[in-house]
Amino acid sequence: MTNALAGVVFVPMAALFAVILLPSRYSRAVAIAGLLLWPIFLIPLTAMVRAEGAVTLALGNWPVPLGIGWRVDGLTVVTLWLNAAVALAGTVRAAGFFDPERHGARTYWPLWLLLVTATNAALVSADLFNLYVGLELITLVSVALIATADNVPALRAAMRYLLLGMLGSLFYLLGVGMVYGQTGSLALAVPAGGAALDSTALVLMLTGLMVKAAVFPLHVWLPDSYGQAPGPVGALLAAVAGKVALVALWRIWFLFAPDDTALPWLIGALGSAAVVYGSLAAMVQTRLKRVVAYSSVAQVGFLLMVVPLASPAAFQGAGFHLLVHGFAKAAMFLAAANILIALGTDAVGRLSGLDKRMPLEAFTLALAGVTLVGLPPTGGFIGKWKLLEVAWQQAGWAWLITILLSGLLSAAYVFRILAMTCFHPRHSGSRAVPRKPPLAASLAALLLALCGVVIGMFPGPVLRLLALAAPGGVS
Amino acid sequence: MTTPWLNQALPLAVVLVSVVAAVIIFAAGEERRLLRIVVNLVAAGIKFALVVWIGLTVLAGNAPEFRYEILPGQELVLHADALSILFASLSALLWLVTTIYAIAYLERSPNRARFFGFFSLCVTSTMGISMAGNLFTFFLFYELLTLTTWPLVVHSGTPQALAAGRSYLRYTLTGGVLFLAGVLWLYGLAGSVEFTPGGTLSGLGEEYAIQLRVIFVLLVAGMGVKAALVPLHGWLPVAMVAPAPVSALLHAVAVVKAGAFALIRLVEDVYGFELMCELGLQLPLMLLAATTIVFGSVRALQQSSIKRRLAYSTVSQVSYIVLGIATGGLLATAGGMVHLVNQGIMKITLFFCAGVFGLALGVNRVKELDGMGYRAPWTSACFSIAAIGMIGVPPVAGFVTKWYLGSGALAVGQPWVVAVLITSALLNAMYFLPLLKRIWLVRPAPGAGPAEYLGRIEHVALVGSAVVTASLSVAIALLAAHRLSPLSWVLRIASEYFP
Repeated sequence: MTNALAGVVFVPMAALFAVILLPSRYSRAVAIAGLLLWPIFLIPLTAMVRAEGAVTLALGNWPVPLGIGWRVDGLTVVTLWLNAAVALAGTVRAAGFFDPERHGARTYWPLWLLLVTATNAALVSADLFNLYVGLELITLVSVALIATADNVPALRAAMRYLLLGMLGSLFYLLGVGMVYGQTGSLALAVPAGGAALDSTALVLMLTGLMVKAAVFPLHVWLPDSYGQAPGPVGALLAAVAGKVALVALWRIWFLFAPDDTALPWLIGALGSAAVVYGSLAAMVQTRLKRVVAYSSVAQVGFLLMVVPLASPAAFQGAGFHLLVHGFAKAAMFLAAANILIALGTDAVGRLSGLDKRMPLEAFTLALAGVTLVGLPPTGGFIGKWKLLEVAWQQAGWAWLITILLSGLLSAAYVFRILAMTCFHPRHSGSRAVPRKPPLAASLAALLLALCGVVIGMFPGPVLRLLALAAPGGVS
Repeated sequence: MTTPWLNQALPLAVVLVSVVAAVIIFAAGEERRLLRIVVNLVAAGIKFALVVWIGLTVLAGNAPEFRYEILPGQELVLHADALSILFASLSALLWLVTTIYAIAYLERSPNRARFFGFFSLCVTSTMGISMAGNLFTFFLFYELLTLTTWPLVVHSGTPQALAAGRSYLRYTLTGGVLFLAGVLWLYGLAGSVEFTPGGTLSGLGEEYAIQLRVIFVLLVAGMGVKAALVPLHGWLPVAMVAPAPVSALLHAVAVVKAGAFALIRLVEDVYGFELMCELGLQLPLMLLAATTIVFGSVRALQQSSIKRRLAYSTVSQVSYIVLGIATGGLLATAGGMVHLVNQGIMKITLFFCAGVFGLALGVNRVKELDGMGYRAPWTSACFSIAAIGMIGVPPVAGFVTKWYLGSGALAVGQPWVVAVLITSALLNAMYFLPLLKRIWLVRPAPGAGPAEYLGRIEHVALVGSAVVTASLSVAIALLAAHRLSPLSWVLRIASEYFP
């Protein structure tokens, strides 16, 4: 049955090889088939995780220091499902855009499948080095995908991302090397004897991951990259691929963090600063995609609150928010991509009357925006409530205030967009939609946004899965 | 008679029926006018019927209840008790009337699908608020109300409307955050906060007194934003730029009433009146309410726009409810609660009339009201009845409130409340009577003709709505002793708290 775990990585990889080998007119069909096929393996995998708590697999039966060890727990399963959903929705958008005749389709589809594969591989890795390989792959593929936008700002953004991503990798790899030197093991598990790691190694790894996860103030690559990337790429990066580093950060932190240091405070403070800075920056952006990108900066900060609040309930809340944020953010990026292609611009000032011209997109933005603000009954409220509960119990007033403030600040930029798209008096003659997006692309974005809302009314199953994932270091 | 299955389904159905309506309205789009009207009216009718049904069930001694564990250990509870029915029946009834009015009012304006969609979602929130069985559920719907009323406030899309929307969000979302902090804290202390007559917190020991006080302040601040308690009332007059049916709705049924209803729940069902007194919170709350009453009336005097004058009047009148609850005792509590209904019906009449003045005669300012009695006699008559009721003159509903509030305050030894009531009545008279004088006693300016309506049906619907609510405001005062009148209903509720 652990074959299901292998399928999660090998099916998209097989599709990737098929796309490369087959003539380009089949690329799109094969890519879609692969992306539809691999989530099927998630069904037995989810059942197994629910029954056993975690599923592990040693590829080729090599023991862990040599071979590749994979492990899936509740958080991984939830993130994998998110990856499946967002990748499919993004494919619907990309399918209309990168049709086989178009220049760039030849490079786009293999990269797109590689990104999904790399994300899955990084998510399931059970040791620090495989994680490094997965993260590195994600960075490189993302850079290439951002560059497929094929214009100067996109290339500049891709270059910047590449350089900073490499820097992050370097830090992380240094840390991993030190860990191996000290413990002789790279396992992503509680170290033998429970000895805490050398804090230099920990700080190096965390710094590397913080660059990749775009934690303020190491986020500088993010707004340009997400803002310039083609819509589906931005969606997948912001929702899942870019969050892999954050998930890794959580895991490493809770496994290896030493007691009694100021580090949780420091990380929490960075998170709070990210919430404030990201939201304020999102408020003043003039382009929709950049608003959504800066919102990611803020949301990463929000997700870091789990570090100072270390507890299973906080972990559940953060995991849930990761999922909900993924739905909402991907929906917003896809809607923004539809708008950009249809109207030729995503300047916020030109979005008036959007509810008439592109009602599905306006509706998507509204639903996803409200989810990000965390208003009930959306999914955004559930994770927030969980984290708030923990913050209250632990008397973590600073984090409590940050979380509450985060809602208000995100309301400021979300409602600015909503007021502009739906309630601003229409400019004369701007009723036309030059290139109406295919209905499927609009619906894909809407469906993701709806997922983010509906899951707030039925959060039970996801929360139960996440309860199984509470990492070893948290008690 | 009712099966357990029905007992569960009823509260849920009464909340969901407008969600269904909203989805149909949004999906049908702008052009399907007839479908939209039918869906609106059918949904409002079904909702009213359901509320009556639940009311009869409660009267028969059953307690319909729906429970769903939304988070581990956190339940969504929809529960119908006598107090829920009070608010739910008010909303359902006025909704029906407002829907008819709004259909006629907005007949030729753009974006009607959006308007009526959010209109329906908004009534969903008020139904959820009235049926909420614990503080968590209450909070969910309270926030949903913020979200669904914002599109109505900014509906016209003018710069003023957008500015009003921003101000509305600033106040209500900040209030929501304070509310959330209070809820969270209270859940941390008490585990779960079900609404129970007499409160659930008296079991907590003396050592929690300070925390309970802080939580009370947080919650009152959160709820006071919507109830427009001074100094949290700033959004309300600004929100007057919204179309008249929206103002009617915000003032009479939805937003401010949700705030007032929240405060009733807080005092009676969460803290309990006795605990509130023990914590020394009674007097501050009374003073806050009294200040708001006088302040609102004074500010109303200074307004030259009719709708703004009415808005400040709302600020003042809603605090009667709070004052009654804070004063305590059977009579004052009943007086406060019954004002929930009385003020709703009278204020909606005033806004309906103000809407007609504005739409059909282009009259928006006080000084333009000259001779309105000749130009639009029916509307003017309704306006006058409601205004007289607001002042507290019998036989209109406002008198019932003031009578019970006053005698209740004397009964519990708080005579100064009577002074506040008299001051407010005088101020009410000062800002309403000049309007009535202009309407009836001053000749219209030369060239000012009778009202021009878009069509006969619109005419009947607009004026008819006002006539219905004006008659109601007289009827509930004349029939106050009837077994099913709001007053009898409220006395039944209050006797549960003050046997």
